[in-house]
Amino acid sequence: MKHASEYRDKDLSQTLIRRILDMDIRPVRLMEVCGTHTVAIFRSGIRSVLPKNITLISGPGCPVCVTSQAEIDAFISLSNNPEVITVTFGDLMRVPGSFSSLQQEKAKGKDIRMVYSTFDALTMARENPGKQVVFLGVGFETTAPTVAAAVLAAHQTSLANFSVFCAHKLVPPALEALMKTDGVRIDGFLLPGHVSVIIGLDAYRPFVARHHIPCVVAGFEPADILQAVWLLGRQINSGEAPVVENAYPRAVTAEGNKKAREIMSRVFAPTDADWRGIGTIPLSGLQLQPPFDCYDARQRFELRLSNVPPPKGCACGQILTGLKIPPDCALYQKACTPMSPVGPCMVSSEGTCAAYYKYHVEPGF
Amino acid sequence: MCLAIPSRIVEIDGDMGTVDVDGVKREVSLLMIEEPQIGDYVIVHAGFAIKKIDELVAYETLQILRETLALVEKEDER
Ligand code: SF4
Repeated sequence: MKHASEYRDKDLSQTLIRRILDMDIRPVRLMEVCGTHTVAIFRSGIRSVLPKNITLISGPGCPVCVTSQAEIDAFISLSNNPEVITVTFGDLMRVPGSFSSLQQEKAKGKDIRMVYSTFDALTMARENPGKQVVFLGVGFETTAPTVAAAVLAAHQTSLANFSVFCAHKLVPPALEALMKTDGVRIDGFLLPGHVSVIIGLDAYRPFVARHHIPCVVAGFEPADILQAVWLLGRQINSGEAPVVENAYPRAVTAEGNKKAREIMSRVFAPTDADWRGIGTIPLSGLQLQPPFDCYDARQRFELRLSNVPPPKGCACGQILTGLKIPPDCALYQKACTPMSPVGPCMVSSEGTCAAYYKYHVEPGF
Repeated sequence: MCLAIPSRIVEIDGDMGTVDVDGVKREVSLLMIEEPQIGDYVIVHAGFAIKKIDELVAYETLQILRETLALVEKEDER
């Protein structure tokens, strides 16, 4: 596996671990913002080799987890429309809404289908002219361009029975919101790899300048992540003005993927969005803009988002902001397990609770 | 979920292509990358190639990382 196995090299990782252990560092909390990082960190056991002064905490980087309860409920009510084929990526299926989940609705016979790519949803729309095909657009800047590309293709081919329920979220505004959240203490960010492929290092520079916090973009292999932790430690120790560093240069550039960003900004405009656990963050979401707003499923089906509370007792909100870890939640491993999840953080393969559960991390670890 | 392992382009047909990741073949859109070529390694997300891996940068940065680490180790030995 070219471009992957080099970064799984034991010697390289060992050397990096030694460098990290040699650092004389004050107690710091580093947040990995991306759910795929959370899983990679757990799977490779990186937490257990870090010195006790370096704590890795998981952030709001699992797209399904940050989707608000109101949006989840609206997805489910949409799927009850007999005209509609609801199309989604797999992760969303089991997320509990206030009364049901997409999976439960599917079991009841509702037409809900999982796809691998947004283009599959277009094919479905062409093959089912008598139905309305609605794609549930959940995800960050990595996924949003793929949804935008599908909307563009629908527009070009005048595909009238396709629409998107747009619940996309943007990473830099979420970082801003985290820094302003009461009680949150973060000394550095391990920035997402593939969101950064799209938006580039430049997208984070205003944030770093405003908050004076070290940031390093990381890839997903053990040596990538270790290198990012090492660079964060070096920045913290140097006493110099924090910067955005790139520990994933084989994939991430300063300007990001221009083509993807152009597609995204043609189709979408930023809008305020509700995040689970954080609340409304200004300009942290995307909405379809003219002439593509006719593909907006919320308008087409007059869907309203109601103000609903998250599941009772679920601490996902605090877990997504790093205020709590899963064992702090009274339901963890008791009422809430991957088999019968109470909150989204236990459902999604990228959720922090699911990662804790799967890799058997003891309380206080 | 991000697919961390880069895929190799094995076929190109207009804006679409076939990639091979660890022996599994998949159809992907090549809309978002510049000048895709057969043999290129790309990062794929939800059916779209979103970045060509820069071979030269990949090689050089790995070299530099190794050298930097070796250098730090030597300094420590002194
Ligand atoms: S353990 Fe379950 S209930 Fe508790 S925070 Fe995690 S997902 Fe929510």
